[in-house]
Amino acid sequence: MKRYFDFYASMMRMSVLEQWQYPVANYFYMIGMLAEPVIYMVVWSAVANQQGGSVGGYTPGSLAAYYIVWTLVRQMNIAFTPYGWEWRIRQGRLSMSLMRPIHPLHEDVAFFAGWKVVMIVLWIPLALALSFFFKPDLHPTLLEGIIFFVSIWMAYLIRTITLSLLGMVTFWTTRVSALFELYFAAELIFSGRLVPLSLMPEWVQQAAWFMPFRWAFGFPIEALVSSMTVNDLFAGLGMQLAWVFFGILVVSQVWKVAIRQFSAVGG
Amino acid sequence: MNGLKLAANYLRIGIMNEFQYRANLYIQILQTFIALGTGLIGLSLVFDQVDQLGGWGKADLLAVMGVFTIMGGVIRAAIQPNMERLMDEIREGTLDYALTKPADSQLLVSVREFRLWTLVDIVVGVIVLLVALSQLNWRVDAWSVLGFLSSLVMGALMTYCFWLIITSTAFWFIRVNEIANLFEGLYAAGRWPVTIYPNWLRYGLTFLVPVAFAVTVPASALTGRLTLQTWLGALALTATLFVVARMIWRTGLKNYSGASA
Repeated sequence: MKRYFDFYASMMRMSVLEQWQYPVANYFYMIGMLAEPVIYMVVWSAVANQQGGSVGGYTPGSLAAYYIVWTLVRQMNIAFTPYGWEWRIRQGRLSMSLMRPIHPLHEDVAFFAGWKVVMIVLWIPLALALSFFFKPDLHPTLLEGIIFFVSIWMAYLIRTITLSLLGMVTFWTTRVSALFELYFAAELIFSGRLVPLSLMPEWVQQAAWFMPFRWAFGFPIEALVSSMTVNDLFAGLGMQLAWVFFGILVVSQVWKVAIRQFSAVGG
Repeated sequence: MNGLKLAANYLRIGIMNEFQYRANLYIQILQTFIALGTGLIGLSLVFDQVDQLGGWGKADLLAVMGVFTIMGGVIRAAIQPNMERLMDEIREGTLDYALTKPADSQLLVSVREFRLWTLVDIVVGVIVLLVALSQLNWRVDAWSVLGFLSSLVMGALMTYCFWLIITSTAFWFIRVNEIANLFEGLYAAGRWPVTIYPNWLRYGLTFLVPVAFAVTVPASALTGRLTLQTWLGALALTATLFVVARMIWRTGLKNYSGASA
């Protein structure tokens, strides 16, 4: 256990130091990502205003809150991409990680977790600026705050797991970008990224319950922004936990089979 | 005209290159349809709630989406790949190879790459546009067609100038790849008419990043919203941006000191 702890601590420290060297690049990256939620926010606020002040239970103020929190959750969602897996497998880069006496996935999880620390620090001024322009309506309770904090890290784990599984398809075939694109499209619709799920048709909301996307994205935002019952909050956290355990199980089984396909030399 | 011949030659090479990777065509078709599908889902979610958005009806917004897709295709086929290559070359010092060629350097760096398969976007965009126009019971009218085509060309030129200006800053800042990412994010704003955005954002999308001129203005021409004033404004801004972009390119070039290639 201690060696994992040490590994995570050093890997995260390394990643913080590394990413802190490029604040400008990281900022441009973040600002580029802001455009998407701002567009959704403006469109849906316009709709809410035309509807007489609210749409699907959201007012312009709570929409602003939803999409500003969205920007943080989006940052938490960044994990090693399946395209990265493709590159890593095709170029044989994985060989190096396989030599180490620790599962290569820990390296990814730790590295991106460290990066998150930098991103959260850089995110704060952006969130303040967005709040200044869009006047969010946000009154979380202490419990909601705590659940939110736990759930964004769970969301990070769930997304890391699903993206890794997707990336591992590359062990069998290298023509995978079509699959990735389909995955990202489904994610856009079912996660609450495009619009809060309560604005979606009923069947989408129901389907979203049984898919990982919502638990990796929409749930933390809703926990903080909309007033969920205590039961719903803990049920959501439970679903996240279930996805994490189920995901770890699947990843470790798939990994055992997949790694036999890997045949790169050097790297 | 040597410049045209040069551009035509690079175009031919670019097309031949793309034919080596025909499977990419299918991936491009899939990508285009996914982008179109999610766009249409967004539109239909909005129109489940309201009949019009900021004075634009459903068919009007479909026309905007058509123009958005067409312009996106133009950018990804001809503008973005050239500028991304240029960014890399400035950083790595390999721009030397282009500069030593006996042609105008700005022309040369702007025509070297061409992605044929992204033209799928243009084809699909035109189809979406035609569907929108038929929903609007649109009649062929020489002025609006002329207004549309001319503002589309001006929009593409402005976008090119914007990219060139941004790319030229690599002469000073070296690493600017994230800006490409920034532009893609901002360009997505063009999916909706810029009139729905709050003032500060609308001005930004009009004058800082010419998304308004690239998408909203051509779509306005087809849906009967373009005024002569806007058209003249677009013309003036195109000319200004072109001159500014060329000046920045030249100044930047003097700053270039690649010596590693």
